[in-house]
Amino acid sequence: MTTGAAMRDVGTTGATSAAAAGGSALLRLAGVHTHIGAYHILHGVDLDVPAGRTTLLLGRNGAGKTTTLRTVMGLWKPSAGTVEFDGRSIGGLDTPEIAQRGIAYVPENMGIFADLSVQENMLLAARGARTVEAIDGERLRWIFELFPAMKRFWNHPAGLLSGGQKQMLAVARAIVEPRALILIDEPSKGLAPSIIQNMLSAFRQLKAAGATILLVEQNFNFARQLGDTVAVMDDGRVVHRGAMAELAEDEALQQRLLGLSMGAHQ
Amino acid sequence: MSADPRNRTGAAPAPAGAAGVATPAGAAGAAAGDALPQTRRDLVPLLLVPLLALVALPLVGSGSTWVTLTVAGLAMGMIVFIIASGLTLVFGLMDVLNFGHGVFIAMGAFVAMAVLGPMAGLTTSPSMLANLAAVFVAMLVAMLVAGAIGWVFERLIVRPVYGQHLKQILITMGGMIIGEEMIKVIWGPDQIPLPLPQGLRGSWLLGDAAVEKYRAIAVVVGLVVFGAMLWVLGRTKIGLLIRAGVQDREMVESLGYRVRRMFVGVFVTGSALAGLGGVMWGLYQQNLTPQMGAQVNILIFIVIIIGGLGSTGGCFVGALLVGLMANYIGFLAPKVALFSNILLMVLVLLWRPQGLYPVARR
Repeated sequence: MTTGAAMRDVGTTGATSAAAAGGSALLRLAGVHTHIGAYHILHGVDLDVPAGRTTLLLGRNGAGKTTTLRTVMGLWKPSAGTVEFDGRSIGGLDTPEIAQRGIAYVPENMGIFADLSVQENMLLAARGARTVEAIDGERLRWIFELFPAMKRFWNHPAGLLSGGQKQMLAVARAIVEPRALILIDEPSKGLAPSIIQNMLSAFRQLKAAGATILLVEQNFNFARQLGDTVAVMDDGRVVHRGAMAELAEDEALQQRLLGLSMGAHQ
Repeated sequence: MSADPRNRTGAAPAPAGAAGVATPAGAAGAAAGDALPQTRRDLVPLLLVPLLALVALPLVGSGSTWVTLTVAGLAMGMIVFIIASGLTLVFGLMDVLNFGHGVFIAMGAFVAMAVLGPMAGLTTSPSMLANLAAVFVAMLVAMLVAGAIGWVFERLIVRPVYGQHLKQILITMGGMIIGEEMIKVIWGPDQIPLPLPQGLRGSWLLGDAAVEKYRAIAVVVGLVVFGAMLWVLGRTKIGLLIRAGVQDREMVESLGYRVRRMFVGVFVTGSALAGLGGVMWGLYQQNLTPQMGAQVNILIFIVIIIGGLGSTGGCFVGALLVGLMANYIGFLAPKVALFSNILLMVLVLLWRPQGLYPVARR
């Protein structure tokens, strides 16, 4: 937790005029419905992601968390409702355009290119760089500090990394260039406790640097340590919105929203 | 089957891991101390080429005949590689089974004929340089025309059937038939001679062995195409994107790249390469028929099946094996020559059922 200059510009791109206002919504979903084939998954999602904050999206399996992220990314198209990013509608755009507006996405399966080396994975994520040398060295040093394994296995095929290292690579890819918003789907899934600690400290640094993050998480213990604001989903809707601290305090609310199984994680 | 699957790199014999880009200072040193299993280059399929040549030597007997046959086989292999390289790119990246690939080959050859005709001044000149200039212009035009037809073909025929193999086979075969009939409409249904330019005929003598000039040129052109493909796929960001797009198209789009546009580019490039191959093949056969595309089609599908369905390196090795096998068997046992390619495919698939360098699929 000791990097200085490199951290400061994490969340800054041209797309963050709203971020300056501090706390105003960088991403806003209103009444979003999404169908996947014949299935109606999202039933009117309303969600605000304030700039410069970490928003946690909680909920049981099948509540629609991943579908919400995929809808923001344009991987599923919303059938109704609006998705606004930085004040402009992105609901009908194609995925590459949405990404180019400054949104990074770490999918649940991590989306690592197994046949490519770690450095090639990173180069792909750095849209502005044609060669590895052209990647911002300062940022790269910062990433190596966050995730030393990335430096160690720089020339190795990413497919040979362990599950935790793959997750680190997936997050490293999302921050190799400044992005206005980072969407992350269950980064703690299937990871050993020590690696979860590693992830936590990385996310804390990201937060400290002012990044805007929308994090889907099942592990409440992990979630409560990171979230500024929280949204809980059930049956394709957001059923609770508020401050994370509030939910973390109120066990009765946790019981009601997340069920006993969430409590059992602690 | 026999080897560790991790040893087999998809794109090319150049290992996916090491290909690409240089290391920033410090990172390489740190990597040395760690014990991740390394991917090794899988060279065994590559060794099949010299192995086949060595096995053929005692069977052929005469050294000079063997040299002639080997050069002829390599030349044929290189031409087949150029023809098949486009298809292997399209199949590897886009997972499209394009049975209409032969159209671009035939078109390339006919366009070359049409371009070379008016340049009789250059083609009948005994100067090899003048001949090569004419052939170069023909190649360029053929690639442009084949690439343009490829662009239309992708839009009209292939785009509606992405992801549906059966429909791809049916509709691209339909496209092939239409292309063939178009050639008959433009150039007539008969066989048309395409003589080699004056200075490219005849042979160079290497000791007792005669090496036909055109075959030597074909080997050079084939190596240039192979080298260029390896360089683009292994050393440039576009190549990196192509290799990544084969593995996980959705993630590449999520990183902000327009995979669709890239696909069109690859299809057009593949078609242009087929056009180039068509020029080479036409000059090799020295006559053209509207059906030549369909005839070559079988050969190139054998090659990409041997190669591993989408691997550039596999396609290269497969094409050389096919070329050598056809020439050796044609000399040793002409009666079974037609069967030689099928025999080769059977043997390779018995050894590696997924081809020489199988392309990893999700």
